[in-house]
Amino acid sequence: MHSNNGPDNNAGSPAQQGGDNHLLHRLYELQQQFQHIPKQAISDLATELNLPISQVESVVDFYSFFHRTARGRYDILFSNCTSCGDMAMMHKLCERLSVTPGETRADGVVSIAETSCIGMCDQGPALLVNGRTLTHLTNRRLEQIAEQVDAGTPVADWPVEWFRVHDNVRKNGLLLSTGFEAGSGLLSAIHQGPEELLEEIVKSGLRGRGGAGFSTGMKWKFCRAATGDAHYVICNADEGEPGTFKDRILLNSHAHEVFEGMTLCGYIIGAQKGYLYLRGEYRYLLPELQAVLKRRHKAKLLGENILGQQGFNFDIEIIMGAGAYICGEESALIESMEQKRGIPRVLPPFPVTKGFLDQPTVVNNVETLAAAAQIAVHGSDWFKGHGSDKSAGSKILSISGDCTTPGAYEYAFGVSIQRILDDCGAEDVQAVQVGGPSGTLIAPDEFERKLGFEDLATGGSFMIYGKDSDLLAVVQNFAHFFAHESCGFCTPCRVGTTLLRNGLDKIVRGHGTQYDVDEMFRMATLVKRRSHCGLGQTAPNPILDALKRFPGIFESRLVNSEFEPHFDLDAALEEARQISHRDDAEAHLV
Amino acid sequence: MSEANNNTIIIDGKEIPFTEGQTIMDAALAADIYIPHLCHRPGLKPHGSCKLCTVEVNGRSASACTLPAASGQEVSNNTEALTEVRKTITQMLFVEGNHFCPSCEKTGDCTLQAVAYHLDMLDGHFPQFYPKREVDASHESIVLDRDRCIMCELCVRASREVDGKDVFAITGRGVDAKLIVNSASGKLADTDITTDDLAAHICPVGAILIKEHGYETPIGRRTFDLHTIAEPGLEPVILRKGKHADEH
Repeated sequence: MHSNNGPDNNAGSPAQQGGDNHLLHRLYELQQQFQHIPKQAISDLATELNLPISQVESVVDFYSFFHRTARGRYDILFSNCTSCGDMAMMHKLCERLSVTPGETRADGVVSIAETSCIGMCDQGPALLVNGRTLTHLTNRRLEQIAEQVDAGTPVADWPVEWFRVHDNVRKNGLLLSTGFEAGSGLLSAIHQGPEELLEEIVKSGLRGRGGAGFSTGMKWKFCRAATGDAHYVICNADEGEPGTFKDRILLNSHAHEVFEGMTLCGYIIGAQKGYLYLRGEYRYLLPELQAVLKRRHKAKLLGENILGQQGFNFDIEIIMGAGAYICGEESALIESMEQKRGIPRVLPPFPVTKGFLDQPTVVNNVETLAAAAQIAVHGSDWFKGHGSDKSAGSKILSISGDCTTPGAYEYAFGVSIQRILDDCGAEDVQAVQVGGPSGTLIAPDEFERKLGFEDLATGGSFMIYGKDSDLLAVVQNFAHFFAHESCGFCTPCRVGTTLLRNGLDKIVRGHGTQYDVDEMFRMATLVKRRSHCGLGQTAPNPILDALKRFPGIFESRLVNSEFEPHFDLDAALEEARQISHRDDAEAHLV
Repeated sequence: MSEANNNTIIIDGKEIPFTEGQTIMDAALAADIYIPHLCHRPGLKPHGSCKLCTVEVNGRSASACTLPAASGQEVSNNTEALTEVRKTITQMLFVEGNHFCPSCEKTGDCTLQAVAYHLDMLDGHFPQFYPKREVDASHESIVLDRDRCIMCELCVRASREVDGKDVFAITGRGVDAKLIVNSASGKLADTDITTDDLAAHICPVGAILIKEHGYETPIGRRTFDLHTIAEPGLEPVILRKGKHADEH
């Protein structure tokens, strides 16, 4: 697999991967210290880490949580997700603190902006303040936040209950209800031996839980058979699909299963090193995850000669992302681990033969690895006994939106959408976005469809929109999301997602015509078919689904003419008005 | 090479031989078949980013420049539908940057412009993005006009792979992606690029130009006044036109 993204020899040494010296970690420290990455620091860091200046610079510019100009000492980021975001609240706080959205207040104290979904969809509205997650926002809480900012209280001294994140597990299924004793999977693995355990994993029918659904056992088999100087296990905890938060719960309350799944995978494929790539939005989970790793070392579940088994060596490090949805794509994630921009590679070759540092690598979702650990203990029949023919086992859903009890629900595959809606208290549902923006938007006449790889696949996101929701605004929100998260590598996605966003904005503003709708359909089809990776190939889904299932939401906004220009002459005069400090009627065209 | 006879792919109904390790683009170029492309240049690592070389392989969309040729592939290339796709992609490249062909020194020698003509593109079609991009005229003999950059990374790869330097890189994300220069000041003058570098000449558009050599070849006698982009073996001609009489 070749990198599109910088010299192949600048991934840094394996020792530099993970640990304090990883470029992403060093940049995080600088951002914390200076509220931005100073120019001088970029050259200094490049020299110190022996990387090209342009590589350090390009990483700074790629990830949303690094900035070239100073953010406020209180840097507040409101989620703009349709489930855990509330832009009205953002504007309210901006007004209260005299901040222009997206900018830093002149005194350098505070900046307020929006960010992509932060995975708090069951307990929003939510925000990040200096990277810390703050949930359950209310107008009262906004006022209290403003007071803390006014008083200059360090975020570390803000009331701890503001930052509480609940698991909100509403329905236990196969994985969540089965207890797990740390080390039990490894004992079973050692007892069975790698070959036999691999066969169990294959037989279990376990498929990747990130959404794509590749057979986990086959992936491990290919990787085991691939030759290289080293093999690697990567746990993809870059859970960025809006509306998804189930990995947050697994990492918070089932970390042993996840780490044990990684260790088992290492045992089978012959890897001695594993990495957990954690999204920057989940930084609050880091201290406890590191504590669990320490405990596992102490218990001989990690390190050298695991459980006394000669030559069974495996270690795990955590790498923190910094705000880039694309890094959930496995080859982009590997690029990010190699201290570069998260640009998806050209496939094939796939990571199983040429992945991290060009070595055979397994990349698995958090939930997949947790399931593998349970399968090692309970066997393939136990797992296969649940779910449907092509979708063995269960799926943990992150349910949010218009329902009475949002949270995590675990179902055996094959469950109907209607059953899920009934369980979470969703009534008068207009639409459900299954699998997040990159998934499928379905209408009520499809609620008897079933969850599973053979029908409706999902990485876990399940967003419900009631009869009063403005669906067009939802589709617009998703179009903005993809335009913001496109990595910019290929033309169809880089330019196309922006054209789609602009086209939708025009319709929402009430200037769209049937011509614009037709153009949007044409562009959406091109972006979907011709983009380089999964992001571009799925980015137009919300638009295409909505055009097919809810054409009325577009039609009702169209103007009754054949053509309206994109160009808005009055809006174009805005800059001139600002320069001349005028906003009177004479300075406007309309 | 006893099995060489079996190594063929079909492009638009025509059987084309290939050797192990060749991409569809390599095989097509060797057989004098033109597949439109901008980010590809033989000798440099395939990139697959511009998507001009999008073809359909057994009904699936793929980039000809990165997909390895394999027996049994049936490739659609010169079809009406693909020409439409490629024209749209070219229009997208035009509107995302600031391209004013009549005032650009590269006009007539510009591959983007030539591809647009080849695809019968008559306008940008989409609303212009009008991005604000910086010009870097710091270097004594090379100017960098980012308005015209199409992110093909030919200069990035040429500098790394052929010149043995690392002068250029792409930074940013999405439509904010832009070409940067690898020096502490971010200026071209502070890099080790010279006019002998391939990177100084490989730009398919007018983003990297040699200074003090404006309009030496009159319009009407430029590369694509004399040749069409689809002509076989044009790559060396394009590159030669990028160099000037007193350079080697």
